[in-house]
Amino acid sequence: MPQTAFEPWNDPDAKPLIQFRNVSKRFGDFTAIDDLSIDIFEREFFALLGPSGCGKTTMMRMLAGFETPTSGTIMLDGQDISPIPPNKRSVNMMFQSYALFPHLTVYENIAFGLRRSKMPKDEIDARVKQMLKLVQIEKFGARKPEQISGGQRQRVALARALAKGPKLLLLDEPLSALDKKLRQDTQFELMDIQEKTGTTFVVVTHDQEEAMTVASRVAVMDHGKLKQVDTPDRIYEAPNSTYVADFIGDVNIIEGYATKQGDTVSIAWSEGHSPIIGTPSKPIADGKVSFAIRPEKIAISAERPTDRNNIVHGKVLDIAYLGNLSTYHVALPDGTIIKAQTANSRRRSSRPFTWDDEVWLSWTDTAGIVLES
Amino acid sequence: MRRLTWFNATSLTLGFAFLYIPMIVVIIYSFNESRLVTVWGGFSTKWYGELLRNESFLDAAWVTFQVGFFSSIIATILGTMGAYVLVRGGRFYGRTLFSGMMYAPLVMPEVITGLSLLLLFISIGLDRGMFTIILAHGTFAMCYVSVVVSSRLVSFDRSVEEAALDLGCTPFEAFRLVTLPIIAPAVISGWLLALTLSLDDLVIASFVAGPSATTLPIKVFSSIRLGVSPEINALSTILIGIVTIGTIAASLTTKRAVMRRQREERMAEQAG
Repeated sequence: MPQTAFEPWNDPDAKPLIQFRNVSKRFGDFTAIDDLSIDIFEREFFALLGPSGCGKTTMMRMLAGFETPTSGTIMLDGQDISPIPPNKRSVNMMFQSYALFPHLTVYENIAFGLRRSKMPKDEIDARVKQMLKLVQIEKFGARKPEQISGGQRQRVALARALAKGPKLLLLDEPLSALDKKLRQDTQFELMDIQEKTGTTFVVVTHDQEEAMTVASRVAVMDHGKLKQVDTPDRIYEAPNSTYVADFIGDVNIIEGYATKQGDTVSIAWSEGHSPIIGTPSKPIADGKVSFAIRPEKIAISAERPTDRNNIVHGKVLDIAYLGNLSTYHVALPDGTIIKAQTANSRRRSSRPFTWDDEVWLSWTDTAGIVLES
Repeated sequence: MRRLTWFNATSLTLGFAFLYIPMIVVIIYSFNESRLVTVWGGFSTKWYGELLRNESFLDAAWVTFQVGFFSSIIATILGTMGAYVLVRGGRFYGRTLFSGMMYAPLVMPEVITGLSLLLLFISIGLDRGMFTIILAHGTFAMCYVSVVVSSRLVSFDRSVEEAALDLGCTPFEAFRLVTLPIIAPAVISGWLLALTLSLDDLVIASFVAGPSATTLPIKVFSSIRLGVSPEINALSTILIGIVTIGTIAASLTTKRAVMRRQREERMAEQAG
């Protein structure tokens, strides 16, 4: 698509739609949100990602108005929204359980919010029909929620939340109740709908794949704090902590002691192994580091490769066959287990390596991430 | 069909005999020609005619009906409100005490409830009559309504109410447009329970009733102290008939609702 990259977070003049300013939320002794500040921009598809209990749902409920911050302010379009009750906010939410009204038809569910806003009848009708069309459930308008399937209910919930044309749409684990195949299709539809309506979406999820697929930016949370806020590719390829590296995707983490060598560092990590050569993204001081490397960045071979600095030798301990990929767990002589992944690009080729085979693992100087620990 | 074992067949027969023989006897003797309750004098429906001409029974029935109607409505409104606060009110100060007080009348002996209400009405100078019976029945039936309604409230998804707020409802609108329609079956069964309790209450009613108003249970109880008349048998038969028809109608409605739901679920599966 010929369009300039959508990166308002890099534009110093862009005005954020949502601003969290030093927001904290405590429930008794438990701190759900800890002094958190963040800007979310208009038309963004923003994902809050984290394990359960990390505070992501609390953030969303504060945006919807079901919780108020203990301290700090939340601004929507430059206005402090803390004193505004949920029914007066231009924010709508799609609930994890969908929360459809069981006693109303699909049509009445979608019209519910519009009827509360005293819109003329014919306009409501036109808007509901438009929404039914947008989420492709025109046929089911007259049915009750219990008469349609889970995937259709998800669409009704989305249409109902979008019907009032909110400035901000919140989606709480929107796809978690769908099976995997349907989930993948729906992810793309969700992105499509977001683009068509131009609404700002904030999605809460614990599914990293979902967050990576749909979001323009992902915020990784842990214990009420933001660990990293970045685009999906930067989160994956340049995590800023071992927590983020470990939470997103699969990773090998090796602890060691770094010594600077020009642009690269040499990491001593185990006696009897030559040090790992890594390239830190920003200059770091000599000292303890964690070296994180994704399994697919590690090559596996029967012969000792000659063109790389980082080479280790080990024995295949386990093989996980995933169809498109195979993951090999390789045990080094000192007991360290390293995961290496290869794409199964050819059909019918017998597996190149099997259990207890002696193999060589290798990677380039820039394949891993050096993190200060 | 599995054949009943010898033991099961016996216990079933004995159980049902124990429950229903007294009622069957009442029904049979309501068609007795003789004035003597225990002597069969041939078939007749004359006691039903007598009953309909007996003003005091008709008055008592009318009072009972009015008391049941108004007290069950009071109980339903108050009980639903109480249940809503208990389930949705969060952890407010004194919640445990409030819920204990809500459920205490369920286990309180009726004599105590009746006596304390009587003393209250006397001390505030309220004349005993239909109005005091309505108040008394309303307050004690309210607890039963609250139990029934709160069990329904506990099991339904809170986020449905939040969705209503999110879509622009005030809290009251959310209750009226979303919560109430969803809990309606529980509210209705609570109301029916309150009505039934009021219709057959003898103890509390006899404490708080005055000379101006007598309910049917009080009337029946006081007239059998002078000896069981065949009219009472006729009255009992009518009541048994009403209860039987009501029960059958209720179970048929439930059965049809279940069948409809199953059909809808099948449709949803096909649609999915």
